[in-house]
Amino acid sequence: MRGILGIFPFIPPLHPSPLPLGEGALTLRQSKLFLAFVFFVGNLFHPTPLIKIMKFAIQVNTSPYQSNAGLTAYRFISAALAEGHEIFRVFFYHEGIYHAFNYATPPDDENHQVRQWSELARRHKLDLVVCISAAQRRGLLHNDEAQRQGKQDNDLAEGFRISGLGQLLEATLVADRFIVFG
Amino acid sequence: MKTYLFVMRKPAHSGLFLQESLDLIFTTAAFDQSVSLLLLDDAVFHLKKQQNPETACMKDTAALFKALAMYDVNDIHAETESLAERGITTEDMILPVQALPRAEVNAFMSQFDIVWAN
Repeated sequence: MRGILGIFPFIPPLHPSPLPLGEGALTLRQSKLFLAFVFFVGNLFHPTPLIKIMKFAIQVNTSPYQSNAGLTAYRFISAALAEGHEIFRVFFYHEGIYHAFNYATPPDDENHQVRQWSELARRHKLDLVVCISAAQRRGLLHNDEAQRQGKQDNDLAEGFRISGLGQLLEATLVADRFIVFG
Repeated sequence: MKTYLFVMRKPAHSGLFLQESLDLIFTTAAFDQSVSLLLLDDAVFHLKKQQNPETACMKDTAALFKALAMYDVNDIHAETESLAERGITTEDMILPVQALPRAEVNAFMSQFDIVWAN
């Protein structure tokens, strides 16, 4: 039904009109309006919409060079977004926090995974959250935290933010599907 | 409210994984969600009595598990085969643990909204 509604403006003229109601046939314009109404109402009550938009929450647990799980997550998210799905949040935990290190400097002929995530976040307004306790343990400090610790540093790459495990829990509660990579 | 199952497979003291996973379990319980645990493979050692990790300069992770009761996490299962392969029983545990045969693990997992496998 949705497909038909989509092409409705291109319904070819029907002669004679298929809807001979009341006195004489309806005009072409009236029959088109009638069909539009039928399709619109049918669409409202359609039991299974053709595309179910899903809301995903993602957790990444491994570092970029420990395994390919982070890259798989990246590719999954890209594919899901391309299909029109929603990524509610990506949470980096355990060794996954290494995806957020601003100063990762791989050779030019290798994937720059940190930059890829930053760009993906910018393009799709993704919420990339790094676990604060996992990050601090491993020496990833953003501006505020570094100052609090009497240090000068800002290790967090663009597009990421630092927060607590509550953000991960919230994501699992809100999302239709929760997937852990690594 | 959703029901959460945490599946643990790795032994303690293999990196920081267990401690960080416990943080997550406590957070989930603190959010008033239903939390269950399933111990598989070497993770069945987590609750073994008479651990002395301090002698190896390690943190006592078994002690952390005792705090689970305070968060109303009492639903702990261990796979029967994993226990038997390692020569321990549910009697050797510091907390009450229910043995779950391998053949029933699939059906058990499918009851939960979210399965967090570590």
